[in-house]
Amino acid sequence: MVVALVAIRKNDLFAVVMLFGIYSFLTAVLFMDLDAVDVAFTEAAVGAGISTVLMLSTLRLTKRYEAARRRNPILPLLVVGITGAALIYGLMDAPQFGDPMAPVHQHMAPRFIQDSPTEVGVPNMVTSVLASYRGYDTLGETTVIFTAGLAVLLLLGIREGQNTRPGRLAIGDTLVLRVVVKVLIAFIMLYALYVQFHGDYGAGGGFQAGVIFATAFVIYDLVFGEADVRRVMPPHWLGRLAAAGIFLYAGTGVVSMFLGAPFLDYNALAHDPVHGQHLGILLIELGVGTTVFAVILTIFYAFSGMRRPHQVS
Amino acid sequence: MSFSDHFPILVVLIPLLVAPLASLFTKGRTAWALALAATWSSFLVSCFLLKDVLANGTVRYYLGGWEPPWGIEYRVDVLGGFVLLIVTAIAALVLTFGRRSIKSEIPERRKSIFYAAFLLCFTGLAGMTITGDAFNVFVFLEISSLSSYALISMGRDRRALNAAFQYLIMGSIGATFILIGIGFLYMMTGTLNMDDLAERLPAVSDTNTIRAGFAFLTVGFGLKLALFPLHLWLPNAYAYAPSAVSAFLAATATKVAIYSLLRFLLGIFGAGFALGAMPLDMILIALGLAAILSASLVAVFQKNVKRMLAYSSVAQIGYIALGIGLASQIGLSAAVLHLFNHAMMKGALFMALGAIAFRIGSSRIEDFAGLGKRMPFTMAAIAIAGLSLIGIPGTAGFVSKWFLVLGTLEQGLWPLAALILFGSFLALIYVGRILESAYFGTPKEGVEVREAPIEMLIPIWILVIANIYFGLHTDFSYGLAERAVMDLLPTAQTTVEVAQ
Repeated sequence: MVVALVAIRKNDLFAVVMLFGIYSFLTAVLFMDLDAVDVAFTEAAVGAGISTVLMLSTLRLTKRYEAARRRNPILPLLVVGITGAALIYGLMDAPQFGDPMAPVHQHMAPRFIQDSPTEVGVPNMVTSVLASYRGYDTLGETTVIFTAGLAVLLLLGIREGQNTRPGRLAIGDTLVLRVVVKVLIAFIMLYALYVQFHGDYGAGGGFQAGVIFATAFVIYDLVFGEADVRRVMPPHWLGRLAAAGIFLYAGTGVVSMFLGAPFLDYNALAHDPVHGQHLGILLIELGVGTTVFAVILTIFYAFSGMRRPHQVS
Repeated sequence: MSFSDHFPILVVLIPLLVAPLASLFTKGRTAWALALAATWSSFLVSCFLLKDVLANGTVRYYLGGWEPPWGIEYRVDVLGGFVLLIVTAIAALVLTFGRRSIKSEIPERRKSIFYAAFLLCFTGLAGMTITGDAFNVFVFLEISSLSSYALISMGRDRRALNAAFQYLIMGSIGATFILIGIGFLYMMTGTLNMDDLAERLPAVSDTNTIRAGFAFLTVGFGLKLALFPLHLWLPNAYAYAPSAVSAFLAATATKVAIYSLLRFLLGIFGAGFALGAMPLDMILIALGLAAILSASLVAVFQKNVKRMLAYSSVAQIGYIALGIGLASQIGLSAAVLHLFNHAMMKGALFMALGAIAFRIGSSRIEDFAGLGKRMPFTMAAIAIAGLSLIGIPGTAGFVSKWFLVLGTLEQGLWPLAALILFGSFLALIYVGRILESAYFGTPKEGVEVREAPIEMLIPIWILVIANIYFGLHTDFSYGLAERAVMDLLPTAQTTVEVAQ
């Protein structure tokens, strides 16, 4: 709360970005506290992690300080005030937090909790709901990510990356940094893969994994330069990967249609429904991960490619 | 399951799958061909779907094989099928029209991505229309909004960026409000399925949470559908977007938002709560009237024809809001019918403007001088669709306004009827200004202007002829609108009586 207020008042955008990062971390802690581990994980990876990097790379393209405000923000304040009041008004009659008799816990949840281990066979119930019961929403969300990537491409496009000094490193010639990052990247990627495939059992899944995997490339870019990272992962491949993720996700659904079941019904994928569910969730999580990874990196490329040489130095 | 059982998902799945495919091609023409094929096949499927619904009643499709409320269901009733038909038909026609228009307005290297974004926008709108799940509405709303911001920003005019940004801010506020509203409903009922919500809501409807959720949903959708005074994003967005995008969004995006609002108001909350216990009926009538009068008046003074028609859209949305506010069978039917008719008029008008922009590179009213002779077919299309916009007998626009007036008179609200007629009079003035310039203005010397290419004229004229056809044969359109409303009202009708 304090962090958010300071962030609004500050006109040093660099500080604001950092404060947002802190804010996201605090939110993640809050989610943790509410026992929403998967949400906390996402908030930490996306809110505190990658979006800070993206905002910083945007900041590089503009100025660090905000122009002085011209208008008195009475109307926005009024809108925010009314919205807040409406939220409080609405919450007055809401069930107490943690009330086991609340409708949320009484109506759909019992089946998710009691039957999902036998119906879906995945220990992490959040994954069961996201990937199977409401798998179609997740396909929609993946499409939203894909759309975001397209939107950035439409607006900015990806320019050729260039190393600050061709053949040399982007951030100084710090040997320590280079060695540490080289070692780190391997672990980051390994961790991403763990998150990807372990989503069935613990917190995580394709979404978080894709973000973490992209982070490895972002770090490589920052330390070794844009041209180098583009040699490892060329931009046109990202477009193909992003599309491939959607194809994999929706394709899994189409296969179940050809097997005589509704779209995204994983039961049809194998002789044993639970095996089918496993296979289906594995495939669609891989689709989510691929698309998220490709889109995040695309957005990063689009921004980092906008840098003009004189701004870097 | 047989092939035809999959129709509900296919309408959405085809464009959703073709969009990433189209984005992979470097040649814009290939992407266009794919997008065209996708929209036309979606249209065909939605025709079959509507036929099925009319014959056998509501069609349901359980995604992932999970029955609701645990899973997400697709649910097509008469209203849904009707709106789906409008959206798919307009998308197919606009893409047929759009190849050369888009080629002239979008840089070659961005074209395939542009078509992919167009398809995603279409996917989102179709998904919102067909779903029976409240949260799923939000997901597809996000797809359609995000892609429409990007599409609008592709306008040639630099101001398009600003317009898109303004829309992004307003649209995001709207989407957040909708999400909060859905969250409140979920908190009190524990379900997201629309039918299940409708069943479980009455027990808890007399709580602050539901009232707040109702308000958030109404304001959120009000922003998306550009209900006066939440319409400020619309004129710039439509005026500066690429022609094909203006045509597509003007004819579909606000319509789908209205449809979703109707779904929530009547399908979930029920007319008794939404328009009876809550004072929304009076609010909608008042805002509708304000929209009709103020936006029509502003439209009269516009110099840019695209902007003029954008303001006219705000006014037309006012008519629809008014019809909903009447909260009667006839008023609601008129609103649904006007949704259909307005899509045809504005689709034709914005496409015709696109054809003119393609030939003369402008949509300013003084540049229209003499176009009546130089682009006779395009201008004739504007004239006829314009007459329909005014509501001249013999056109589709007349029919919906006629029923709207009947609806007001039925409740003895004759001043409202007079004001509706006054709105038509204002429309007469602004449409008249376009036609005056085109038919009586003296053209600039030395500028050669040719008629628009035939591939543009055909889709425009399909809609123009539809305007006349549905002006003369009301059985199909009004009959459908009436049945659609009947589907929504039966449970509601009883509650209205209880509420009174």
